[in-house]
Amino acid sequence: MAIVFQKPKALTDAVLHYCPGCTHGIVHRLVAEAIDELGIEGRTVGIAPVGCSVMAYDYFRCDMIEASHGRAPAVATGVKRSMPDNIVFTYQGDGDLASIGLCETVSTACRGENITIIFINNAIYGMTGGQMAPTSLIGQVTQTSPYGRDPKTQGMPIRICELLATLDAPAYLERVAVNSVPHVRQAKRAILKAFKNQVEGKGFSLVEVVSTCPTNWGLTPDKACQFVEEKMIPFYPLGCYKDRTATAEEVK
Amino acid sequence: MKGNEAIAESAIRCGCRHYFGYPITPQTEIAAYMSKRMPKIGGTFLQAESEIAAINMVYGCAATGRRAMTSSSSPGISLKAEGMSYLAGADLPALIVNVQRGGPGLGGIQPSQSDYFFMTRGPGHGDFHIIVLAPATVQEMADMTRLAFELGEKYRMPAMLLADGTMGQMMEPVVLPEDTVDPETIPASKPWATTGTGLKREHNIVNSLYLKPEELEKTNYERFERYAKLEKEECRWEEYMMDDADICVVSVGITARVAKNAIVAARKAGVKVGMIRPITLYPFPKEVLAKAAPRMKAFLTVELNMGQMNEDVKLAIGCSKPVAMCNRVGGMIPSVDEVLAAIGKLNG
Repeated sequence: MAIVFQKPKALTDAVLHYCPGCTHGIVHRLVAEAIDELGIEGRTVGIAPVGCSVMAYDYFRCDMIEASHGRAPAVATGVKRSMPDNIVFTYQGDGDLASIGLCETVSTACRGENITIIFINNAIYGMTGGQMAPTSLIGQVTQTSPYGRDPKTQGMPIRICELLATLDAPAYLERVAVNSVPHVRQAKRAILKAFKNQVEGKGFSLVEVVSTCPTNWGLTPDKACQFVEEKMIPFYPLGCYKDRTATAEEVK
Repeated sequence: MKGNEAIAESAIRCGCRHYFGYPITPQTEIAAYMSKRMPKIGGTFLQAESEIAAINMVYGCAATGRRAMTSSSSPGISLKAEGMSYLAGADLPALIVNVQRGGPGLGGIQPSQSDYFFMTRGPGHGDFHIIVLAPATVQEMADMTRLAFELGEKYRMPAMLLADGTMGQMMEPVVLPEDTVDPETIPASKPWATTGTGLKREHNIVNSLYLKPEELEKTNYERFERYAKLEKEECRWEEYMMDDADICVVSVGITARVAKNAIVAARKAGVKVGMIRPITLYPFPKEVLAKAAPRMKAFLTVELNMGQMNEDVKLAIGCSKPVAMCNRVGGMIPSVDEVLAAIGKLNG
């Protein structure tokens, strides 16, 4: 009997701890598929964040490092400068990448480090119980914006792909979503490309994945997917924000 | 050479090929020196976006088994506190250099020894230690760089070169070792490093998170067993004129050198004074101090802070004798006469 679908080799047999309807599971799979398809598991080092995916070091079969909150791009830089032929990726949430780690994110992109960043944007701090994230929407009710996010006192949400696109150095920036099958397929293409870029020495690649958090949004999993479609994507439009890979010189 | 540059050159000669730093007075010469040397030998020089980013780059590089280092001065070291805790919690060796300046806050740019408590008691949150070495000459700046890497790797913990600002800026003759350590041989001795599985082994995880309390407790106890071994076997100090002394000066860095001159002068006046100069501040040379205490009238710490090492001397001798202090802060340094007067007071 032919095997037509199986768990990627780059995922371990650990049982994932994520909530029902959480899209971490999908994105973990897409990252693992990319690693399998490029045959790079043996030389890949992943950097886990602080957030719901803090234990990603148990879920990926490659060597893994746990970083302090927001500092994964700096840790990745240390790894990549030490071993330029290894494939180094970070996997970070919106608090990690866009709040406490915003400086490391921008500076690492600015340096054009030849690494791959997977950015999970679900507009909330999941692990700590649903506080406001830099990417939370105007009017969004969270534990630290109980009356709805008010731009006057709590600022406007931040669009990371657009922000990083103003920099000269990044090679590839794309925003995708995983709330529907066509979106998952595009996300897969983008994530594979982001890893392939690193293999080919094309430079800094980041894929922003608009994701769900049913538990802290107070929505059922399918209503959460609807929320992504109807509320998140209009503010965070999907698409490619930068692609210099055709003309990018090889960086190591 | 300048003390700062001696550290940099020594690090390169013991196989360190990765420096991540940030400018701050009075240690920026280390970064400047590395920026010139590293590219010429295929090493990494990276001026990071902040001291926080720099310590995290060290963390990543150290996780791959390489010798990695960063340097800063007091305010920048505050920023590195979380990173040092993570390094310790993940049992990673790395070199952090602190060329101390006056504090607290923005403070001043002149020398101090006021990070003593910070570095020996709690360089970051949680129960942990880092090896702390205190150089008093430019030669020791060079020699202790090598020792820091070696001890850090032997005991799987971060190591610090804790210099006062004068040590960094001083120029003295120094003998440097021949290039002996091949950087490529270093990861080979670290089976835990995240170098990529090569599909030949289980994956390595560099981590300090243990959500199960029983596991976290276990790792803490295991770490402290290593510290116990370190304390037993790796204390280093220098004794000066201690054979017949009945007053013991305890000091490090520039104040130890001032104190030496004061001791010479005091001896001429018939005062039986000597000095125990700690070389390792962690592990602190408690035993030699405790052994000396019964025959001492008193101890005298000479330090550039408001009374920090003073407490460790008291603890080491069980408060059995008076422990006086001669100190200056803010960047001031006690003169030979000031130290001499303090010794004289203890002599009665």
